[in-house]
Amino acid sequence: MTTPSSSLPNSLRSGPDERGRFGVFGGRFVAETLMPLVLELEEAYRAAQADPAFREELDYYYRDYVGRPSPLWFAKRLTEELGGAKVYLKREELNHTGSHKLNNVMGQILLARRMGKTRIVAETGAGQHGVATATVCALFGLKCVIYMGATDVERQKPNVFRMHLLGAEVKPVTAGAGTLKDAMNEAMRDWVANVADTYFLVGTVAGPHPYPEMVRDFQSIIGTEVKEQIVRAEGRLPDVIVAAIGGGSNAMGIFHPFLDDADVRLIGVEAAGLGLDSGKTAASISRGRSGVLHGNRTYLLQDKHGQIEEAHSISAGLDYPGIGPEHSWLNDIGRAEYVGVTDQEALDAFQLLTRTEGIIPALECAHGLAHVMKIAPEMPKDKIIVLNVSGRGDKDIFTVASHLGVNL
Amino acid sequence: MSRIKARFEALKKEGRGALIPYLQAFDPDYETSLELLKAMPAAGADLIEIGVPFSDPSADGPTIQAAALRGLKAGATLGGVLEMVRSFRETDTETPIILMGYLNPIDSYGPAEFCFDAVQAGVDGIIVVDMPTEEADLLDAHARAAGLDIISLVAPTTSRTRLFHVLKDASGFVYYVSITGITGTGSASQAQLEEALPKIREVTDLPVAIGFGISTPEQARTASRIGDAAVVASALIKTMAGTLSDGKATGKTLPAVLEQLMALSAAVRV
Repeated sequence: MTTPSSSLPNSLRSGPDERGRFGVFGGRFVAETLMPLVLELEEAYRAAQADPAFREELDYYYRDYVGRPSPLWFAKRLTEELGGAKVYLKREELNHTGSHKLNNVMGQILLARRMGKTRIVAETGAGQHGVATATVCALFGLKCVIYMGATDVERQKPNVFRMHLLGAEVKPVTAGAGTLKDAMNEAMRDWVANVADTYFLVGTVAGPHPYPEMVRDFQSIIGTEVKEQIVRAEGRLPDVIVAAIGGGSNAMGIFHPFLDDADVRLIGVEAAGLGLDSGKTAASISRGRSGVLHGNRTYLLQDKHGQIEEAHSISAGLDYPGIGPEHSWLNDIGRAEYVGVTDQEALDAFQLLTRTEGIIPALECAHGLAHVMKIAPEMPKDKIIVLNVSGRGDKDIFTVASHLGVNL
Repeated sequence: MSRIKARFEALKKEGRGALIPYLQAFDPDYETSLELLKAMPAAGADLIEIGVPFSDPSADGPTIQAAALRGLKAGATLGGVLEMVRSFRETDTETPIILMGYLNPIDSYGPAEFCFDAVQAGVDGIIVVDMPTEEADLLDAHARAAGLDIISLVAPTTSRTRLFHVLKDASGFVYYVSITGITGTGSASQAQLEEALPKIREVTDLPVAIGFGISTPEQARTASRIGDAAVVASALIKTMAGTLSDGKATGKTLPAVLEQLMALSAAVRV
């Protein structure tokens, strides 16, 4: 939820505007059939925001079900290994279901219940959002349908099985390359066809307004906690915050509470895939341009005719040709920086964190760590970096094993 | 007077509604789709809707998704679609042409340039599926300046209050998406249409075309009588797809689609 300071006129935290825009990005680019639903959702969200009981209920589930607050861990051995700035890890991988995804899902499921919806649809890439959604549907006894690209179903089998165990129906999507973008299309088609009883539970800070704002608000618990925790540990704010970006929800969640703290550098790490200029990348900001897809205007990987290109990343969770609109805006105004990390660099980082801290990170956040590995050694030892470890890597061990030539 | 207005006025005098067939540009290749486009008026098309292939057609069902994919494979671009219309206009200056597609290719082309070039090529109206009234200012002024009708979509979910909002500056005709769903997946009943149309007519004097889920001649006749036009899309594309061999056109492709079109157009003329 937004804090009072976010409504200050000179705050970078006051967006989006009434049209759902962050600068020129965002908006509500959906078919007329969905438009009334998007407006209804916004109304329902405003009512929930204004209701202290909603926040209380959410806090209760955050504490007793999700397991919040998540710790902020000083990574001593990693810091020594890198030989520069102190590295802290925000342990979102310790949340129930193993990633930051549950923060958002918990908020939206409570909203869906307030709205009287009985059927939940969601898209998923790596399966983390799908598992989180299936989890809360089990918790509240709601029907759950998860759309997942057929390619992702294949490379994320453990998560598919988890969703089945949780009672969700997983529908593999064969259109396109069978990844997150195609799953998103199919979830939108389902929503359009089932408007009366269905809630579309978007997993990232993208889609038509109010999703980018709402998902950001629910994920902002991450940054809000970091702010308290780092001040308690170090007596000051960090110098740099690093987070990996697919759609950008874990990054937005940790960035947002710091937007008005100008001395804190915010770095979003996109998946460069085989390299930013390889043509096989998921780096929407570095290699994309402004366009409209999935309900919002944002940076998109597209050809010169406006056809959307397939993204590539070793990490299924980053394999998306777009990015949340607020990130596009933060890039353009220069408040956050966006860099790329390749599949190989992420694999190296994955192993380093596992060896030095005993934490197996998701391949998504291994991208963030890979960038920390580049900047920490160049920084003085009294500087502080916070990395958002947005998920745990158990789901990725098969992918990593195959890249290391190990047959599991 | 615009071609769209002239055509609907002429049909009113004839005392019947219009048949609007749909084809996906470049499906399965440029030549075949152009040939089909050129043959459609003689087979009974009163207006023609041309789908602009897009990589992520999130409001379309499997049939049109596949058609878009074939079109893209055949090299479809928005510029190429305009070229197709230009070629059509060499022999037909009266049948209104409406492009239907998604916003990103237009955004990429440049909204102002697109509206100008489209009218130059002979396009009369555009339907942009993912551009609701709230976002229409991206194209509105350019379209108006160029003389291009932006066709407004209304759906079963559009409330009465919202109808006034959506149809405030509507031009050309109104497109009623008759089901809550994607293209080619379900049909509205006659009773549902009879309930929905008067509500729309209360708000606008423009002709109302009914689309989504119309596949048989009977459905086309019903829709063209309750509304002012029936749009048939997936059913025609399904027929075309059935004639393809390895994704390529065969000798059966045009005859099969045109035969179906004639049956549909006969039904709206009865």
